[in-house]
Amino acid sequence: MSLVRTFATSKRVLSQLRHDKRTLALIFIVPPVLLTILKYVFSKEAKLFDDIAPMLLGIFPMIVMFLITSVVTLRERSSGTLNRLMTMPISKSDFIFGYAIAFSLLGLVQALISGGVMLGLLNVTVLGGTAHTLIVAVLAAFLGTALGLFTSAFAKSEFQAVQFLPAFLFPQLLVCGLFIARVEMAKLLQWFADIMPLTYSVDAMKQVTIAHNWTATLTSDLIVVGSFAIAALILGAATIRRREN
Amino acid sequence: MEQSVKIKNLSVTLGGSFKALVDINLDLPVGKTIGFIGPSGAGKTTLIRSIVGSINITKGEVLVFNESAGSSSLRSKVSYMTQELSVYPDLTVKENLKYFITMANTPKKDRMSSLVEVLKLVDMTSKSDILVSSLSGGEKQRVSLAVALIGSPKLMVLDEPTVGLDPVLREKLWQLFFKLNERGSTLIVTSHSMDEASRCDDLVLIRDGKLISHSTPEELLKRTGSSSVEESFLKLVEHKE
Repeated sequence: MSLVRTFATSKRVLSQLRHDKRTLALIFIVPPVLLTILKYVFSKEAKLFDDIAPMLLGIFPMIVMFLITSVVTLRERSSGTLNRLMTMPISKSDFIFGYAIAFSLLGLVQALISGGVMLGLLNVTVLGGTAHTLIVAVLAAFLGTALGLFTSAFAKSEFQAVQFLPAFLFPQLLVCGLFIARVEMAKLLQWFADIMPLTYSVDAMKQVTIAHNWTATLTSDLIVVGSFAIAALILGAATIRRREN
Repeated sequence: MEQSVKIKNLSVTLGGSFKALVDINLDLPVGKTIGFIGPSGAGKTTLIRSIVGSINITKGEVLVFNESAGSSSLRSKVSYMTQELSVYPDLTVKENLKYFITMANTPKKDRMSSLVEVLKLVDMTSKSDILVSSLSGGEKQRVSLAVALIGSPKLMVLDEPTVGLDPVLREKLWQLFFKLNERGSTLIVTSHSMDEASRCDDLVLIRDGKLISHSTPEELLKRTGSSSVEESFLKLVEHKE
């Protein structure tokens, strides 16, 4: 692995997005707009909004990065660029981590904007503070990128890649504790939630919302999220082949 | 004589049953432009992918500069231009080249000169700040070719580099190929156009996954008593059937 090649890959991925201003605008503007709408949806249930909004801040980066990464890497596989790179001295980890760094940075900027709107304009209080909120959001973006890189290997077209979002992320979204506390779900679903990464990412955000200090649960949540992401990246690297059949 | 590529008893079966290449034996020279000629579907791309090492071979052996094809030490000596564009449409010409120059392990001090050089070789200097997606088909192809030229690899494998180019540009490319040969690089170029074949130093004719001839164009014409490569090709196929 080489840092030069990894960072060059991150820079390249970000340059591609820089030329695509509309996508960038969508990434940065849609989440705060949705949060704002939600605030007025819950205009009579302010307390509920205060609970949900921070959790969404952990979910948006994950969904968005998952989608973008899936499509971008699929494109890279089908356009021949990945094939070409694999005939060059670049290692698979340069490629994979290059992507992970680029999209985590993008997730950070997204979280900064949405977080700023949420804390500044929508008056949501997060006891843990801005720094903790951002750390959780970046890790969520990292997880989304890693899962996107991995699942894109199983998509033969962009249509399929996009469908992986409802297929892979929505079930996790349903059971992660956003809609209803996990203990109130059927036992089977609780077990399912226990082994899904999004649960921990949302739980981490909950911890940040309710606790002033960095809690042990927060640490373990983030370790789980990070481990899932690293595992997905390693599996993702394994799906990249220098030789095809 | 030194050889760039040595292929022994190569067979490649794709998708479990399709015999893309059958028992190919081939030794290729150094410093020449070698044409792989055959109709589409003949196995040209499979053959060059075996040489680049981006495909699993079923049987036989492929050596490039005496090392097993696709081995990591060859990655800086062999470049591959695929039939797909394999450059990033949403980056400018310069951004594309800079990225691939870094990926090719070019030392930092040489990166700028490498960029200037390959841009000039494919005559794209004036368009270096344009997004690849806004270029014409032929220009895109030249950007892809430029990537293959980075670092003057010892072996450049170019899949259909001249397809869809206008005659003037095509002529320029052939001049470029010969210039690269003079510098010591070996070029493998595929084409389904028979009239381009006569420009190669060395001709490999392929059909239905089988090697049907390997010689210089002159030898080929003499041996088959033909006036064109196309005619020779037809005669060879007829003779076999």
